[in-house]
Amino acid sequence: MNREQLCQLKELMALEFTALELHLYLDTHPTDQRALMDYNSVVQQLTIARQRYQERYGPITYGEPSAYPWQWINEPWPWEICYE
Amino acid sequence: MWVYEKKLQYPAKVGRANLQMAKYLITQYGGPDGELAAALRYLTQRYNMPTPQAKGILTDIGTEEMAHLEIIATLVFKLMERATVDEIKRAGLGGYYADHDKSLFYVNGDGVPWTAAYIQAKGDPVADLHEDMAAEEKARATYQWLIDLSDDPDLNDTLKFLREREIVHFQRFGETLQIVQEYIDCKKVY
Repeated sequence: MNREQLCQLKELMALEFTALELHLYLDTHPTDQRALMDYNSVVQQLTIARQRYQERYGPITYGEPSAYPWQWINEPWPWEICYE
Repeated sequence: MWVYEKKLQYPAKVGRANLQMAKYLITQYGGPDGELAAALRYLTQRYNMPTPQAKGILTDIGTEEMAHLEIIATLVFKLMERATVDEIKRAGLGGYYADHDKSLFYVNGDGVPWTAAYIQAKGDPVADLHEDMAAEEKARATYQWLIDLSDDPDLNDTLKFLREREIVHFQRFGETLQIVQEYIDCKKVY
């Protein structure tokens, strides 16, 4: 994996983590409007970032379009990436 | 249902191959306070939860634990990846190697296989949520001891992330317990 892809992957991981953290918080604070606004704003950024990443590097989850040949099985898998 | 995402939740970094750490760390894969136990505990307890918040938090934290299981697997895999049989023997992993080579398996640091006896689902949401809070604290302590055992700053960075998650989960379970307590108290008023 080249530096640019790794950089974009890490960005995506960070965004998704932010969304998850707010998601868990909202589970026990469903009426916190500010947190909900933050969540919706992060999810919007995440959707764009995920789509941009997948257009360049192929699907990272199910239900996403693939170029030929089937890109899902492309290496590296998450445990094979050097994250340095 | 569940859907896989082809990425880790947090970068799993390892500064150098280290079999001794692999042996210690595998307890978070298949040990009593490890990520497999956490995931399976929460995901099986959620069915009897009385409030929507509790059903949500157990589903979501249980799912996050699966992501942590993958991080631990990646760390152990990387720590062992290039080891020779001699190095494996010297680290006290000869018995592990005989049974599993370098594959990942659900055991603790002493090779004891994972068992469902590590977890419980009591059907009583107050009892279950107390167990979950204790489980998070035990996992936090385990990560602390692992950080103490390790001198690899890259590995410790990932372990500190996981330690932090235990603290957040403990907090969310505490809030959930309060919501469930209030719900039960409220039902008793006629």
